[in-house]
Amino acid sequence: MTTQVKRNIVIEKEKSLKSLFLRWETLLVILFIVVNIMNASISKNYLNAANLFTAISTFLVKGFIAFPMAYILVLGDIDLSVGSTVALSATMLGVSYNAGLPMGVAVVIALLCGTLCGLINGIILTKFTELASMIVTLGTMTLYRGIAEMILGSQSTGGLQNVTWFYNLYYARIGVVPVIFIVFCVLAIAFGFVLHKTTFGRYLYAIGNSRVVAHYSGIPVQTIRLICFTLVGLVCGISAIYYASWMGTVRFDIATGYELEAISMVVLGGISTAGGKGNFPGTVISIFTIGLLKYGLGLINVNSQTILMIIGAILIIVVTIPNIRVQRSATRLSKTPAKSC
Amino acid sequence: MQSQMKSLAKKMRSSRELSLFLVLAILCVAVQLRNNSFLTSKTINDMLKNYSTTITLSLGMMSVLLIGGIDISVASSLAFSGMCASLMMRDGIYSSTLVMFLVSVGIGLLCGMLVGTVITQGKVLPIIATLGLTNIFRGATYIVSGSRWVSAYQFQSAFKQFAQTNTLSFGLINNLVFITIVCYIAFFVIMKWTRFGRRIYAVGSNPEAAAVSGININAIKFTVYSMAGAFAGLTGAMYTALYASAQSDMGMGMEMDVIAACVIGGVSLNGGQGSVGGVLLGALTMAVIGKALPLIGVSQFWQTAIKGLIILTAIIINVVTQRMMRKNALKEREI
Repeated sequence: MTTQVKRNIVIEKEKSLKSLFLRWETLLVILFIVVNIMNASISKNYLNAANLFTAISTFLVKGFIAFPMAYILVLGDIDLSVGSTVALSATMLGVSYNAGLPMGVAVVIALLCGTLCGLINGIILTKFTELASMIVTLGTMTLYRGIAEMILGSQSTGGLQNVTWFYNLYYARIGVVPVIFIVFCVLAIAFGFVLHKTTFGRYLYAIGNSRVVAHYSGIPVQTIRLICFTLVGLVCGISAIYYASWMGTVRFDIATGYELEAISMVVLGGISTAGGKGNFPGTVISIFTIGLLKYGLGLINVNSQTILMIIGAILIIVVTIPNIRVQRSATRLSKTPAKSC
Repeated sequence: MQSQMKSLAKKMRSSRELSLFLVLAILCVAVQLRNNSFLTSKTINDMLKNYSTTITLSLGMMSVLLIGGIDISVASSLAFSGMCASLMMRDGIYSSTLVMFLVSVGIGLLCGMLVGTVITQGKVLPIIATLGLTNIFRGATYIVSGSRWVSAYQFQSAFKQFAQTNTLSFGLINNLVFITIVCYIAFFVIMKWTRFGRRIYAVGSNPEAAAVSGININAIKFTVYSMAGAFAGLTGAMYTALYASAQSDMGMGMEMDVIAACVIGGVSLNGGQGSVGGVLLGALTMAVIGKALPLIGVSQFWQTAIKGLIILTAIIINVVTQRMMRKNALKEREI
């Protein structure tokens, strides 16, 4: 019995060694290196640390959202309301600061607002488990954006950078390293640790693989979903604070399309939207790959629409390549057609 | 009398379309009480004309949702096909409105076939595939147009007149509304009485069972996504005819409206459930809300929030009624 198990493990290891070059993470690392070589050959100043960190800071603001989004996708859910949550939280921050509250209170209000948005998503989804998260968050996406629009109308709320410490949230640096980069790394390690090294993280994979089985094995499925959706809201609040610190003014239509970018980052990182698959380092690599690719294309004056096109194409190609390989090896092994997805 | 009431109440609970129709009727009456210019033939005509694009596009989305997929690239393929067809008309390659519509449908069909190929051959999840292709189609629209508009003066005058006249139905109703009605009738027949339509439902409700019973699932999926693309192409032509201009950002965010219309109309996102009548009522509800809010004096800045609230309420009420229906069905069995 034990020998059998051992043999199986050995075979699996050999297989994974063989397919190392077609593995997702390997593809991703190659892509990352290619992007960097390309950028460095375009501009001599690219590898200057100060410049590089300036470029990185801009996409870290939305990069945060990819962390809890990875949890949500591992669960087999999806959250389309993140962009609107960022907009609403930033709006609340700006409005409460300009109403005379101290900046510290405004920041707390933004965090609470984000958390509340996430909590509402979570409560609706766990009370009505028949509903798909896609359609509920589609509704709240419109609702949160609409509330921000109700509050601000066509105006903007500014003057946020007058508070020095708030300005420093985004712009402060320790040596050449921006503080936001350090915060990003700390959060990345924390999120990665929880996903891969704790019971909570294993629960996420279990739920993503089969919600019913997880439920019958005594995992509090709905509580965990509620926690994850609330976590997304909280991180959106953090992202909103950084956005406000970065830009200094807030309009209701900021952060549109963040949901698609965050999902692209996570999916490119190898986490399947079907749930239960993928790992966290892939997500972190793909945040940098997408961000630096955009920056490099911007350097050679590619317009933003073409950049979108290229990212869309990369997303599809990267997702398709491993699928084609699986399909081929499956037909070779069993002579039966691969199951459709 | 009482038994009649009871059976009516039972019918209401069991028929989604009927309850949705009642909600729509109550909505219309409520709006009419606030502003009596709502239920006039002019307002209704305007409403149907302006929302004919959303109402028609809902059909394509419905068929995709029925097989358990989703297509969020429809709005971008709408823009791409509408833009390409308009550019060719501007450059004088053709001048006939009919050819313009056919070209737009053709380009939309090609977009849909690309979506179908990626999903069936690449085995990519529909939401990811269409997410990527949304970016690609939208980017392609900006590139072919060079980020410029095709303005009204660059169109043939016959084309500009098309959306304002009643020629197709010999003076009965607006041309765009007529196209929408024809699409709905055709789709109703296809879904209800053809082998293809029933196969779509079969694939959606249980793919494994459908495959075992000899249905080529990939072929059905491919056809359905192509069909959704063709509808997007048709809607693209209607959109340009309606506004007599083509812009690169046209139809932005329309996929959300269309999905909302389908869900309000009772189409299940898990596939296999939903009817053409329900989708029509769902799309009309969206149109009435969109038209009525400004009429009853709601500030333009409040409209997005109210729309979101209505979508949420609709889907939650949907679940609650379904739970009640299931409970009632169990109760009846006990007796």
